[in-house]
Amino acid sequence: MTRPAPLGAPVIEARGLERVFQMGGTEVRALRGVDLTVGRGEMLAVMGASGSGKSTLMNILGCLDRPTAGSYALDGVSVEGLSKNQLADIRNQRLGFVFQGFNLLPRTSALENVELPLLYDRSERELDTKGLAAAALERVGLADRMDHDPAELSGGQQQRVAIARALVTKPSLVLADEPTGNLDTHTTMEIMALFQELNAEGVTLLIVTHEPEISRYTQRIVELRDGRIIHDGPVRERGHALTDLQARADLEPASAR
Amino acid sequence: MKIGNLIGVAGASIFKNKMRTLLTMLGIIIGVSAVIVMVAIGAGAQGQIERQIQNLGTNMLVVTPGSTATGGVSLGGQSGSGLTVEDAEVLSSQSFLLSGVSPVISTFSQAVGGTGNWRAPILGVDVDYQVIRDWDVVQGEFFDETDVRTIRREVVLGNTVAENLFPNGDAVGQQLRLRDVPMTIVGVLEAKGQTAEGSDQDDVILVPYTTVQNRLAGRQFVSQILASAYSSDDVPAAQAEIQAILRDTHGLAPNEADDFTVRDQGELADAAQETTQVMTLLLAAIASISLLVGGIGIMNIMLVSVTERTREIGLRLALGAYGSDVMKQFLVESVVMSLFGGLTGVGIGYASSAAIATFTGWSTAVSVPTVLLALGFAGAVGVFFGFYPAKRAASLDPIEALRYE
Ligand SMILES: Nc1ncnc2c1ncn2[C@@H]1O[C@H](COP(=O)(O)OP(=O)(O)OP(=O)(O)O)[C@@H](O)[C@H]1O
Ligand SMILES: [Mg+2]
Repeated sequence: MTRPAPLGAPVIEARGLERVFQMGGTEVRALRGVDLTVGRGEMLAVMGASGSGKSTLMNILGCLDRPTAGSYALDGVSVEGLSKNQLADIRNQRLGFVFQGFNLLPRTSALENVELPLLYDRSERELDTKGLAAAALERVGLADRMDHDPAELSGGQQQRVAIARALVTKPSLVLADEPTGNLDTHTTMEIMALFQELNAEGVTLLIVTHEPEISRYTQRIVELRDGRIIHDGPVRERGHALTDLQARADLEPASAR
Repeated sequence: MKIGNLIGVAGASIFKNKMRTLLTMLGIIIGVSAVIVMVAIGAGAQGQIERQIQNLGTNMLVVTPGSTATGGVSLGGQSGSGLTVEDAEVLSSQSFLLSGVSPVISTFSQAVGGTGNWRAPILGVDVDYQVIRDWDVVQGEFFDETDVRTIRREVVLGNTVAENLFPNGDAVGQQLRLRDVPMTIVGVLEAKGQTAEGSDQDDVILVPYTTVQNRLAGRQFVSQILASAYSSDDVPAAQAEIQAILRDTHGLAPNEADDFTVRDQGELADAAQETTQVMTLLLAAIASISLLVGGIGIMNIMLVSVTERTREIGLRLALGAYGSDVMKQFLVESVVMSLFGGLTGVGIGYASSAAIATFTGWSTAVSVPTVLLALGFAGAVGVFFGFYPAKRAASLDPIEALRYE
């Protein structure tokens, strides 16, 4: 099972990550030596062209996939050599996922969707799963939508439910692969405002995106090309999504959105 | 995964997809209700046959020509190995254990009288026949010993014959022509219903055997001799006595086999029961096949559902489910649906059995062991046919499953 994180250890510590896919006879080298260190409370954007290896990196950092070479420690704990089930436990307790397609269970209320990761909790502790799920939904501003099915929610609301689901286990790291890829500009900004709030409360966030508009709201941008990091630096002039939203509202008061 | 959570997750999945659940259960529902109905019909038939054998007659013994060892009745027609009226007379005069003996001479004839024609089997019998068969006369009376001795042209009609030729119920005293020989109807028998084999026992005309021998032309043979023992305890001894007397009368050497067969009611009952048991088994086997097909239906829909739920499975795995959790979830879903399908099937089977009994008049009997067996089988089907789809689900790769469109 997962050991407690050494104090002060970075959330992500990856060295020389490589990932090679065998496609019939040919090899696809999706990652060719990625070094990445992410400290607690950081909010960073992973950018790059399509096929540059963003999702591949995400899957490895999310313990859904293993690197072909290189080392990766999450919360100071090396995941090398861990079994499938041990990785599942790490995903369950230390990681939160937000997907582009939301991936909510259909015909299942928001509350039950958020409750889902808690059902796979294997620790001895007694969990008030419903209570925790309700609190997470409240946190993302959906206190009044708990009994709604995904089909009864807008795209933005669905993504909020997914974010609540990622937060409900109080993970060390939330990974979001193109979380706003399916949303319009306004909703995208609302979601980014939520991410910024969560980050301000201490949640470590890693967001994959190829929109510079979005990376503007993070603190740090990592850019991939052909499986290598070609840029890693802080965001200059960090945007504030909530302020931008209000400015937009002031600019076009009668806009039909 | 905690067991409560497992059941919650599987239960939610079942209830949230009512159409899919219903389709999955349909095969099992049909299979189980088919098993219940089929076995109920079989068991009902069995019970009915038992009851019919009970009212066949009191402590009855049936002697038929031919030995069981050489193939039974089929040899009866061969010369020298038949039964004769004399055999019956010897039995009657020499036995101590028989309360009654009657030869049964069978022939067929057109009966003309009353409203028209009726073709019925004609049985030439002795007075004792009525007592042996425990058969009441509802109108008039049975012919007596004098009638038999003096070869009277008198007949007693079975209920079916009487109802068809004399619908007004005034048969007694009227005339009836058998092969142009006029006969007087002296009595009408009470209705006895069908035999175990399904033939109408009331479609019969009883005539003194002497009259059949002397007045009616045509092929005649003693098809059987009926006898009855004083009590049911005497039946085995009476059987041995008949055997001894007939062997003596037929002049059989000690090393020769019997050229006749004596059966008692028990043997008849056993034979009939064996037949119906085979029938019940056969019906159950056919119904089991439908249960099996139902199981394959479950597997089919479960497999489709694993494909359809690929993203859901990927999500669960990504959120921390073990492969074994997903596997258990699908297995529980499959077993729960099978069992609920089984229960519904039991209900429908029960109702159908009752309906069949009401509308066809067949007797049906739903037995508790059958119900339990069918339910157990349904559960087993759920495990067996749920296993493969569940394993498929558990072995999915979360990354690919999440990307699945
Ligand atoms: N399972 C796989 N098998 C073979 N090749 C793969 C597999 N997954 C990814 N690749 C390859 O690895 C490279 C990186 O893919 P990846 O999905 O990480 O890109 P990406 O940066 O996320 O792109 P996008 O912006 O389009 O999502 C691509 O060339 C891709 O074809
Ligand atoms: Mg990608």
